[in-house]
Amino acid sequence: MNPGGILGAAAQTAAVGLGAPGLVGGMRQVRARMEGRAGPGVAQPYRDLRKLLGKQSITPEGTTVVFAAAPAVIAAATLVIAATIPLATTASPLDGAADLLAVVGLLLIGTVSLVLAGLDTGTPFGGMGASRETTIAALVEPTVLLAVFALSIPAGSSNLAVIVADTLRRPSDVLSPAGALAFAAIVVVIIAETGRLPVDNPATHLELTMVHEAMVLEYSGPKLAVIEWGAAMRLTVLLGLLVNLFAPWGVAGRHAGLVGVAAGLAAVAVKVAVAAAALAAGEVYLAKIRLFRVPELLAGSFLLGLLAVTASYFLASPQA
Amino acid sequence: MAGLTGRIRRLGRIAEPAPPAPGPLQDASEVGRGSLQLRHVDAGSCNGCEVEISGCFSPVYDAERYGARLVASPRHADGVLVSGVVTRNMASALVDAVNAVPAPRVVIAVGDCACDGGVFSEAYGVVGPAGAVIGVDVAVPGCPPEPAQIIDALRKLTRR
Amino acid sequence: MTATVESTVSAPRRGTGRPAAGLAPALAGTVTVGLGGAAGLLGVLGISGHGGGVRLGWLLPLAGVDFAVSATAGLFMLLVGLVAVAAGVYSIGYFRTSGASTITLAVAPVFTAAMLGVLAAGSVVTLLVCWEMMALASLVGVLSDHHRPAALDAGRWYAGMTQLGFVAILVGLVVLSASGGSGDMVLLGRHAGRLTPTARNAVFALTALGFGSKAGLVPLHVWLPRAHPEAPGPVSALMSAAMVAVGIYGLVRVDVQILGPGPRWWAVAVLGFGALSAVYGVLQASVSTDLKRLLAYSTTENMGVVAVGVGAGMLLIDYHRPGAAAVAIAAALVHTVAHAVFKALLFLSAGAAVAATGIRDLDRLGGLAVRMPATTILFAVGALGASGLPLGAGFVSEWLLLQALIHTEPGSGTLLAVVMPVAVGVVALSTGLGVAAMVKAFGVGFLARPRSPEAAEAREASPSMVAGMSFAAAACGVAAVAPVVLSAALDKVLGETPGVGLSAAPSLGVVLRLPGLAGSVSPAVLAAAVVSVTLAVVVLAGRAGARRRPAAVTAPLWTCGAGPLSERMEYTATSFAQPLQQVFDVVLRPEVDVEVSHAGGSEYLVERVRFRSRVDDTVELRLYRPILAAVSRWAGWVRRAHPGSVHLYIGYGAIGVTVVLVVAR
Repeated sequence: MNPGGILGAAAQTAAVGLGAPGLVGGMRQVRARMEGRAGPGVAQPYRDLRKLLGKQSITPEGTTVVFAAAPAVIAAATLVIAATIPLATTASPLDGAADLLAVVGLLLIGTVSLVLAGLDTGTPFGGMGASRETTIAALVEPTVLLAVFALSIPAGSSNLAVIVADTLRRPSDVLSPAGALAFAAIVVVIIAETGRLPVDNPATHLELTMVHEAMVLEYSGPKLAVIEWGAAMRLTVLLGLLVNLFAPWGVAGRHAGLVGVAAGLAAVAVKVAVAAAALAAGEVYLAKIRLFRVPELLAGSFLLGLLAVTASYFLASPQA
Repeated sequence: MAGLTGRIRRLGRIAEPAPPAPGPLQDASEVGRGSLQLRHVDAGSCNGCEVEISGCFSPVYDAERYGARLVASPRHADGVLVSGVVTRNMASALVDAVNAVPAPRVVIAVGDCACDGGVFSEAYGVVGPAGAVIGVDVAVPGCPPEPAQIIDALRKLTRR
Repeated sequence: MTATVESTVSAPRRGTGRPAAGLAPALAGTVTVGLGGAAGLLGVLGISGHGGGVRLGWLLPLAGVDFAVSATAGLFMLLVGLVAVAAGVYSIGYFRTSGASTITLAVAPVFTAAMLGVLAAGSVVTLLVCWEMMALASLVGVLSDHHRPAALDAGRWYAGMTQLGFVAILVGLVVLSASGGSGDMVLLGRHAGRLTPTARNAVFALTALGFGSKAGLVPLHVWLPRAHPEAPGPVSALMSAAMVAVGIYGLVRVDVQILGPGPRWWAVAVLGFGALSAVYGVLQASVSTDLKRLLAYSTTENMGVVAVGVGAGMLLIDYHRPGAAAVAIAAALVHTVAHAVFKALLFLSAGAAVAATGIRDLDRLGGLAVRMPATTILFAVGALGASGLPLGAGFVSEWLLLQALIHTEPGSGTLLAVVMPVAVGVVALSTGLGVAAMVKAFGVGFLARPRSPEAAEAREASPSMVAGMSFAAAACGVAAVAPVVLSAALDKVLGETPGVGLSAAPSLGVVLRLPGLAGSVSPAVLAAAVVSVTLAVVVLAGRAGARRRPAAVTAPLWTCGAGPLSERMEYTATSFAQPLQQVFDVVLRPEVDVEVSHAGGSEYLVERVRFRSRVDDTVELRLYRPILAAVSRWAGWVRRAHPGSVHLYIGYGAIGVTVVLVVAR
């Protein structure tokens, strides 16, 4: 446990916490510009959050502590992930405590707490959103774990620092067929997990087409702010994980000092911004697909994951 | 996809230049400053106002650039955008919607019908203008009001 | 419009015969707890290598009874002991409120003792005798409410399956001890090499079949989702948490430790049936609307995951990878223990909910969080464990299993390269769908508003029930954050397993490490981090902007202006699982039936819509029904020869004697 690692972990957690709304604002801005609109500006999510924090908190009748605690659980699970994964530094003190499988589990904890909150309200839309989100999460899970498997095999470990170090040592792994297939599978997973098009439309106003939004219809004020913040952080963290698993250049190593951590932070910020812009631009071309077409998409990505694993078995270079 | 890319590049920015910002309301309330989410309730409109409201959020007028947005749940909203004269069937629903909005909240009446009953004020099955059921904070007269007028009212709240 | 969903409603439980009053439930519960405590003690002795032999020659003519607790048996005794203590304490309050006959009360202690006998057995004969006692005691438990047709049906299935399994084990073990020249379990392990390959394969097939059916592996699981729900709460906890583990014990002790290492197909068979059970069990659980049936299918799923671990371990032993094999077997054992504690907790708390409402149908439950807060929290702890998420009891073992699968280096062999990814996919799918099933059980069954008057009138469980459940919940907590308590036992069990590297046992301290393999995780640190950050977020979000904020209020639900909401408008378990049911309809083959009746003879006016949805066990329909039909056809033929005529029977006798004389001449 070195000071650089602790500093780096603190810096990247703070950066995710503070920067996530900006990332969402930026993505909305990219989308607005491509649609010919002027857009509300990158800072709009910050204004939204500030306003929501000042609004009245309404407890819907009949809801329990599950409804009250879910926003904090989502945000907390995501913050723990942000502190763990190699965003700015690979030397996070939590790295030994949580590997890729634990990160997947923490993400699922966030999903489950929101699903339970949706069911807790007892409204038809809450239940509907919960049911749909559960279906998607249950089908995403195999793909995630297969992709994790594919990434872990070349490195011989599922610990993120090891995987990132391995990719830095042998960049050709990323360009191997296994790497490419795993990348495609993970992109689909990120789209499904963060409720982006074509799986879910984050801007919909029609309840019957909602997935994520339907579960949070009853939230208001500060709790809604925490949910929006948590969702933004989730997107940021997943994009950060994606870029650093497949293009880890710039990330600070085990012995990096202050400058190294700062450079790592800047590098990951640029990479995440580029990935987010690409995702937002891609969404302009897509329409939401029917809920029952989503399993086809996920089955496709599951197949990609399986192919990635098989490829890494049969095409892998011998262990170094 | 190539066709769509071409159109995006050809059209560029559709949004018209923003007119100068109007001053804040008289009571200078803080509701919606910088960020204004609204739940739209059609209390019995002829749908003329709806066309204009959807025009507000189209690329040409782009009300979103001032921080205003329509949302699906009144719990997420700062206020209610009422259009149309309040019919008997919608009266309780309108009250429910306004009560579901967390305080501080604002009610904006869009169009003559919502403001004073308009052409339908004498009709059977009508309770009256929005003001007869709920308190109205901002009124946007017109039959229907132009998007520019509606946006002007929204900007008084967002102050952008 | 009416939407009726077919459902099973269980009437308040009435026991067999005379209801026992007063102190009887307390006495039975105390005996069970005492047995559990003794089992724990014996288990610790066995693990520490002091499980020496006791021979009671007088108890059983000819063979005698031998007891000797090996380390493996010790671990499982500890497990049964934990479940028995929880179930025993719980049963005091349970049987006091719901009433039970003396026979039903006697089931739990006798059943526990029989399971302990199986584990402690030092000879084949002792094992078989105790096995049969265990089967009979649990059968009486299943039939404790034998006035209900469903219970009778379950009893018939259970009796048939368990006796067939017993026959398989009997034949297998008798062949083994005959060829091995001894009935002693320890000696058998040394002499198993004397068996011819054919005999070894036959013994493996028979014992794996028998033990697999007890563990509820597909396709021998059909009795499980019928029998476990029908038994009273504490007995179903003992069955679903402890008895299935005894099946796994048999698999590990006999097929891995005594017979093994065997040919490669053994491993593939165990892994394959495990994978099948995991996926099939979890699919059925995710669409099941009966709370206890859902939990029973989840048992099949978890035992499937355990079997995947055992099979992967056997395969890795065969490929001479002792390190990864040790992790796989350790994963299987840890999962068996974790499953025992969380499933005991789930069945106990589900039993409390059923006892309070008389309803097992999730579509009619709900709203228990307000009415039974303690039970709800405890069920949530169990459900978290069952979903395999971090902070839950099932996470450590899932992690270990996936690590064992990941650490199969490329270039190890084509079979490994094909099998391991599929195994990962299976484990992953079962985790994902397992989460869906548990979210449904907890979210629909305990949260939201009550969906029936019975659920609305539910009362909190009695203190002794809560105490029993709390004990199981504490065990879940230990399994979740401090798996280190199992470390010593695992070392010893792995030491008893041939072909596994002793030095490679995973270390389960605060940070889980795999010696020789890269990979670590710390459930305790994760849990501490998530909990503390959650509290921090709650505090910070409460503070930020608090000056500007108007006072918080409680308001009616937002109903889109159409309120008030009735419980009929809520999502039910059926509707919650509908998307999954539609996605997997090829496997599940649901029977959906929509019936529309019209008013006034006009097809445009709908008076009533009836919707029925039913998911049957496909394996039962496609595999068992044809076999049963064939058997009963056969029986019909045989019966024709028995018309009841004395003359005919004398004729048969004469023919028989003639044949014997001719042959013997």
